[in-house]
Amino acid sequence: MNDNCLVKEETYPARFLSKLTMGMTLSEYARKLVTPFNVVAVIILFVGLPLIGLRFWKGLATVTHASNEYPWSILLGWGLFSGVPLSGTGYVMATAVYIFGFKKYHPLVRLGVLTGFMGYLFAVIYLLIDIGRPWRIYYPMAVSFGPTSVLFLVAWHVSTYLTVQLLEFSPAILEWIHARRTRKWAILITVGMTIGGVILSTLHQSALGALFLMAPGKLHPLWYSPFIPVFFFISSIYAGLCMVIVVSTVAARFLREKADQQFLDSLDGLTVGLGKAACIVMFVYFALRVVGVAHDDNWALLSTSYGSWFLAEVLLFVLLPCIVLTAGVKRNSATLVRLGAFHAIAGVVLTRLNISILMFNWNLPGHFQAIVPPSREVFIVLSIITLHILIFRWILNRMPVMREDPAYLEDRH
Amino acid sequence: MEKPVKDAGGGSERGGRKDGKATVNRRDFLRGVAVAGGAALLGTPSDAEALHDLTGWPNRVGMLTDLTECVGCRTCEAACNAANGLPAPEVPFDEKSVFERKRRPTASAYTVVNRYESAKGSGNPIYRKVQCNHCEEPSCASACPVRAYTKTPEGPVLYNQDVCFGCRYCMVACPYYAPAYDYESALEPKVVKCTMCHGRIKAGGIPACAGSCPVGAITFGKRDKLLKIARDKIRKSPDRYVDQIYGEFEAGGTSWLYLSGVPFGQLDFPTNLPRKPIVENTKGFLSAVPLVLTLWPALLGLCYTANRNKEEKG
Repeated sequence: MNDNCLVKEETYPARFLSKLTMGMTLSEYARKLVTPFNVVAVIILFVGLPLIGLRFWKGLATVTHASNEYPWSILLGWGLFSGVPLSGTGYVMATAVYIFGFKKYHPLVRLGVLTGFMGYLFAVIYLLIDIGRPWRIYYPMAVSFGPTSVLFLVAWHVSTYLTVQLLEFSPAILEWIHARRTRKWAILITVGMTIGGVILSTLHQSALGALFLMAPGKLHPLWYSPFIPVFFFISSIYAGLCMVIVVSTVAARFLREKADQQFLDSLDGLTVGLGKAACIVMFVYFALRVVGVAHDDNWALLSTSYGSWFLAEVLLFVLLPCIVLTAGVKRNSATLVRLGAFHAIAGVVLTRLNISILMFNWNLPGHFQAIVPPSREVFIVLSIITLHILIFRWILNRMPVMREDPAYLEDRH
Repeated sequence: MEKPVKDAGGGSERGGRKDGKATVNRRDFLRGVAVAGGAALLGTPSDAEALHDLTGWPNRVGMLTDLTECVGCRTCEAACNAANGLPAPEVPFDEKSVFERKRRPTASAYTVVNRYESAKGSGNPIYRKVQCNHCEEPSCASACPVRAYTKTPEGPVLYNQDVCFGCRYCMVACPYYAPAYDYESALEPKVVKCTMCHGRIKAGGIPACAGSCPVGAITFGKRDKLLKIARDKIRKSPDRYVDQIYGEFEAGGTSWLYLSGVPFGQLDFPTNLPRKPIVENTKGFLSAVPLVLTLWPALLGLCYTANRNKEEKG
């Protein structure tokens, strides 16, 4: 009896440790960690994390440009308004495979869901730094309800969807820790969770745009449109598709040994397929943006300098990447599609920054001086991005995301 | 603090000033309430739509600032500071150099007065008092995800920091840039804004700024009455005033009304605001939410069923 206990005590920590160090001994693992990338990452974290501490010590004023006129800074402009559409990966991939039956995209589902989950997780982290009393973040869900607020909807949906995405990704975690029986349960709920995820995504992706419907006097009329919720939702679809292309490209290059042959062999073909879907959605989105100008009869504003900026966004960062994607699809060139996908992602970020930062309060005097973020805030954002990448890599290194665990092949989902 | 009777968010849901012109007297209001109660109890739908025509609390109060009277003495700033127990200002209240730049309400000042040079260049400078305008249907209250704001039946819009988690969406939504935030506070930041001295009003008094003004530029009273006073003033002195009462219709109307001798745009009043309450802009979106919640599962379930046995090549 005693002996048995002893054996168990030795085995479990050892097995756990080997999971974390990917089967290497501790010293081997530590040596393998010293890479140029990791050194840069540590330096950024070394500067950025104390600055996050500073926010909780001296207040938001010491680290951001946020002010009484500009309540939201790049912490939200980047972290929430850009981060959430780029995290549409989970719902677009799960819908394609589990609902629409495009089963050949199965190798990319887990990567999509993980990208989505991590994106939302970090959107919440940016939020926790930005909001005044982060320990009250559950108040809209439990303490005081403000159902007339679009942000009330966003709060509910983002928190619920974060849970849904964790459940959607849970089979990979459960395979990693060999919890076969629990995994069966996790797989049973796949379709339900996927449908739930689409509903939640439809509503909160569009709600992020609808937030700005409350600021008609502040957002430049070319960007303020009654269609803004539709713009945000539609662009989140192609943002998700392109982000899967971007993430799979980067992961297949730098973590090639963590992908199985099926993943690597099918990647180029699937990339072109995703590009095809993305360029169709982008043409629709481009048309919608034109309809937006027509709907409010804002043609005359196009000849102003703001109009040039608007045209630059819509032509160079929506139409042009869309054309690149289309060319890539026509020539069956995964490289061209990848190029277009990176370009399209940049465009989505630009649109979101235009609405949340650049064109918000456009008519206030000294506007363009007021929106330049201080270096402290830039470093906070950089350090969170770094943390995001490190944790993402940590998971890809360990869990079956770009590969299928042979032990579970007979029970795929 | 008085217990809020009606939340502004809910109030905006129930309509309010649709055309900005309708008024309601006490009897109509009570009848509306009675009809609502009756409809709820007895299920008589015929008059229930009367609810949607409620145009706000009867007898609500307001303030009328006559900018042509204001001499820029900043007595109102000092009185506000004292009445609300705010920290002492960095420069004293009789210091005129503050006019060299445009100021705004902050975490330590509910109200500020700004100076504008007369458009013609010859006349006296014009002074503008800035503070929360206490909207009839406040955007801040509609935007707040935790209902920290209340449109009180008396008229003032109040903020409750006990539920606020500091998202600052109220500040994004306020068309007048009225709420300020305590960015210096690390752990207990709160939104700060004018309360129209709600406590004093409830006790039968008048707001500190109105009570302190040496030239009578700020009038406190029932909003309906203030509108009549303002119209009378314009009619009697058409040369003195522009023919507009700012706050009568802007973004659904405000409790605080203004008269001016120059167009309001010259004094940095927002002139690009819709007449209807801003919350109306989100109603279309919010009413689509339950539709998505109910239709999407059915449509997606259909797609799933149609495709579940699909065999795909490749």
